[in-house]
Amino acid sequence: MPRTNVEHPDYYHKVVDCQWACPAHTNVPEYIRLIAQGRYSDAYMVNRESNVFPGILGRTCDRPCEPACRRTRVDGTPVAICRLKRVAADHKDDIRDRLPRVPATKNGRHIALIGAGPASLTVANDLMPLGYACTIFEQGPKPGGLMRINIPSFRLPEEVLDEEIGYITGMGVDMRYSTPVGSLRALLEGPETFDAVFVGTGAPKGRELALPGRYDSDQVFIGKEWLESIHFGHVTSVGRRVLIIGAGNTAMDCCRSARRLGATEVTVVERKTRRFIKASPWELEDAEEEQVVILENHYPVRYVVDHGRLVGVEFDTFTARDAGDDIVQEPVGRRIVPCDTVIVAIGQENAFPWIERDLGILFDQWDVPVVDRVTHMSTRAGVFFGGDAAFGPGNIIWSVAHGHQAAISIHQFCHGVPVTERPAPGFTLSSTKMGLHEWAYSNNYSPVARQKMTHVDLSARFTTMSIEVEQGFTAEQTRKEVERCLNCDVQTHFTDSLCIECDACIDICPTDCLTLVQETPLETLRSRLKAPAPDTEQALFTSNPLKQTGRIMVKDENICLHCGLCAERCPTYAWDMRKFVLQQPMAGMTFIPLEAVGR
Amino acid sequence: MTYLPKPRVQHPALTTNAIGLTRRDYEGALTTLCAGCGHDSVTAAIVQAFWELSVPPHTVGKLSGIGCSSKTPAYFLREAHGFNSVHGRMPSVATGAGLANSALALIGVSGDGDSLSIGLGQFAHAIRRNVNLLYLLENNGVYGLTKGQFSASADRGSKSKKGESNEMEPIDPVLVALTLGATFVARSFSGDKAQLVPLIKAGLAHQGFAFIDIISPCVTFNDHEGSTKSYAYTREHQVEVVHADFIPRREAIEAEQPADALTSVVLHDGSTLRLRRVADDYDPADRDRAYAAIRERQQHGEVLTGLLHVATGARDMAGQQQLPEMPLYQVPYDVLCPGADALAQLQRRYR
Ligand SMILES: Cc1cc2nc3c(=O)[nH]c(=O)nc-3n(C[C@H](O)[C@H](O)[C@H](O)COP(=O)(O)OP(=O)(O)OC[C@H]3O[C@@H](n4cnc5c(N)ncnc54)[C@H](O)[C@@H]3O)c2cc1C
Ligand SMILES: Cc1ncc(C[n+]2csc(CCOP(=O)(O)OP(=O)(O)O)c2C)c(N)n1
Ligand code: SF4
Ligand code: SF4
Ligand code: SF4
Ligand SMILES: [Mg+2]
Repeated sequence: MPRTNVEHPDYYHKVVDCQWACPAHTNVPEYIRLIAQGRYSDAYMVNRESNVFPGILGRTCDRPCEPACRRTRVDGTPVAICRLKRVAADHKDDIRDRLPRVPATKNGRHIALIGAGPASLTVANDLMPLGYACTIFEQGPKPGGLMRINIPSFRLPEEVLDEEIGYITGMGVDMRYSTPVGSLRALLEGPETFDAVFVGTGAPKGRELALPGRYDSDQVFIGKEWLESIHFGHVTSVGRRVLIIGAGNTAMDCCRSARRLGATEVTVVERKTRRFIKASPWELEDAEEEQVVILENHYPVRYVVDHGRLVGVEFDTFTARDAGDDIVQEPVGRRIVPCDTVIVAIGQENAFPWIERDLGILFDQWDVPVVDRVTHMSTRAGVFFGGDAAFGPGNIIWSVAHGHQAAISIHQFCHGVPVTERPAPGFTLSSTKMGLHEWAYSNNYSPVARQKMTHVDLSARFTTMSIEVEQGFTAEQTRKEVERCLNCDVQTHFTDSLCIECDACIDICPTDCLTLVQETPLETLRSRLKAPAPDTEQALFTSNPLKQTGRIMVKDENICLHCGLCAERCPTYAWDMRKFVLQQPMAGMTFIPLEAVGR
Repeated sequence: MTYLPKPRVQHPALTTNAIGLTRRDYEGALTTLCAGCGHDSVTAAIVQAFWELSVPPHTVGKLSGIGCSSKTPAYFLREAHGFNSVHGRMPSVATGAGLANSALALIGVSGDGDSLSIGLGQFAHAIRRNVNLLYLLENNGVYGLTKGQFSASADRGSKSKKGESNEMEPIDPVLVALTLGATFVARSFSGDKAQLVPLIKAGLAHQGFAFIDIISPCVTFNDHEGSTKSYAYTREHQVEVVHADFIPRREAIEAEQPADALTSVVLHDGSTLRLRRVADDYDPADRDRAYAAIRERQQHGEVLTGLLHVATGARDMAGQQQLPEMPLYQVPYDVLCPGADALAQLQRRYR
């Protein structure tokens, strides 16, 4: 069996479950340690490097990191990674002098970015410091995309948006507001010339539910558009009884907004059962805290309209029984659920009426552009897509990740380097040993439970739309929550030649991660360890045969607490706790001499 | 010391034994021995054995003398009774504890210094009395606690860390035990839990004095080249002759393997020892031949390990003294001490 190749940047990266799961690969344990030390500005900058919008994301991120967090496998709940990000953003000092600087001399390249959502803003953030001139065309009056017009201000205050977007626009981006791009051809052929174009226009259309009666009243709204109307002040009231059809995250924002506009009976309708609800569990929890009712097993059939007035929605109702990953539903009957307003929140779609189909940009059978998943380039060289515009509705952090990748591609494209020859990730590994039993990180396991976010009083929060519900962690809560992080980036690093097979590491490990065993094929190895390791998603480290007995050292990465006790008990330093720092490729990280491309 | 407590978190798949405890419930305080000390592995083997046997920790008495080895009872079975005696005097304390409470499962942990120098007399008499005690000798060839002087078990020619050679003949505790008539004599190695754990279980079930000499390298003072008690040396020279598998009473015995290599011994409590002869000329039932074989192979530099001798049926101390079944501490006071009149009556008989 070959020794695990820990030289490959992915091996240790994957052990840092949260960082691996984050689309932008934010160095989570590092920023949590910095928060623990009260170094909020440093923590903010570590965040910003990868995710660009720590204050925004610290309130709104879809947090793919949290379900991945190792702490869940240890005590059932993840570290509050997302809300700690907000702590860094809320408590930082003025960081403006630490932002990337824009060179006085431009590099002569001009990039057009369409749409001022998080994807385009990230591209500008990465390219401006490299001397590019960036022009963002935005149809609306302000930047931010859906972050501004769709995410309600009780979740994301406008000041936070303005501040973090300002760091980017403040680099001197040429912002052209209220300038919709009506024709890509015109942009490409127009008086201005661009070296590359980035399309970050999002997925602008809310999906329709055209059942009978849809257009017979004026009280059926599309969720996404309805939220925008609230943002722009066009909608200021709503019926007393509101039905939300669909139970995704948009539905959660709709039901909570309805409560703030004065609705007293708000019901969210899910076609299947609770476990199929698409909304993030925490968003659902927040909605239910606001007395929103969830109705399961209801399929809408028609809007019930009486003399031009919406009076309800008729549903087919079902019973449900679990059948493995799915359910089996049996019809029960029909019923009308009375209501005054219906909000349809069943998804979003892409639409590109403004892109001519003869520009060399191939559209697929669903009429969305064919975009390379890695390079983000379309079938027309020099035209790139990112964010929701590239692969359909996603979230902010994916848009940011796309932006970084697209920026790399644009940078290479502009310098004649093939976009497919991408810079490779690297890493550094350094020992955290400070003394016999001292480490450069807090390796003591803290048994405290996840801290609960304090919310504004129910009565107070409905008075205006913009009262932020979450109050952030207190100093005490922060102090406790940071210690829950297991420092998964501090890796157990093994040096085969040093091991004398004394068993000390195996005996001390609190979670039975380690085993010395005769070499066996990987398939049988997982069942031969000190504790079974059935989760094949989690890696096994295997050493070379050791010198005294020829056995191999095996480590199951799954439940390791990164407590360092194995390294403390190892007499020979064969185990060491080494901090892994991922070096993510970013635009401009690899040096491209301008002479090489004739400039 | 800046040691952290070992986190109480455990692997979610960690199973419980017949009395609902996990292996972690059999641990003790965090060790203060040197990292890599063989004694810690023995501790882990003890934890494993008691857990597998589902022994309620509070029914155990753990005893020791002085030395790194003798410190180890603090590191297992935190809920057991314990007594850390003076140097070399653990056998007397164990004898007393066994007399007072025959229901306690007694485990004594000692070192080569503790047992073969200052405590040699005590060791010998505990064997002779056949005290019902599992006696583990964590043998590293040095006085670890006092910084690595040669002990009485150091082999002739073995080198100290500084390079001096030991000139005296060693005392081999296994040969001493056989000479004195011990009925359960084993040798093992801290680095071989597959062998050690079943031996500990068998020793606990054995009625009478059960002795296991465990080569347990001192990683700090006796793990260098030239040492005959190092990890590397032991691994090169250890030869297992009889492998013992312990089968508790309640478990069914699986189909027998080829008869010539297997012998079954039924222990006092109904459990079974299955002895698998690894070397074909070795007979653990025959004390004299066992002695001779160990001596003979020692000349060739081999260290025989496994269950080297076992005999059942001998009466232990309680049997020899005709003690009642009921532990003495439970016998009502007026029965145990019938008073001045009864004493006077007894004395009259001798007048
Ligand atoms: C109700 C709702 C709530 C959400 N909540 C969250 C959340 O809590 N967390 C999360 O991570 N994600 C959330 N999302 C998703 C998230 O907002 C999007 O995935 C993200 O904003 C996409 O970013 P983007 O840069 O691709 O485009 P967008 O944010 O959609 O921005 C596109 C921009 O392009 C402009 N534009 C479009 N067409 C043109 C044109 N032809 N010319 C000029 N400008 C144009 C638009 O005006 C817009 O400003 C939510 C989405 C919705 C609908
Ligand atoms: C009466 C008495 N004499 C001497 C000592 C000093 N002393 C402490 S430990 C020890 C030797 C221990 O050797 P061993 O039993 O082999 O234990 P190890 O530390 O090697 O495990 C000695 C001589 C003592 N504590 N008490
Ligand atoms: S750091 Fe070492 S001792 Fe601690 S849990 Fe991980 S493998 Fe076990
Ligand atoms: S503690 Fe160190 S020397 Fe001992 S088995 Fe573990 S890695 Fe090897
Ligand atoms: S001195 Fe030797 S015997 Fe004592 S704890 Fe250290 S390694 Fe073990
Ligand atoms: Mg010793």
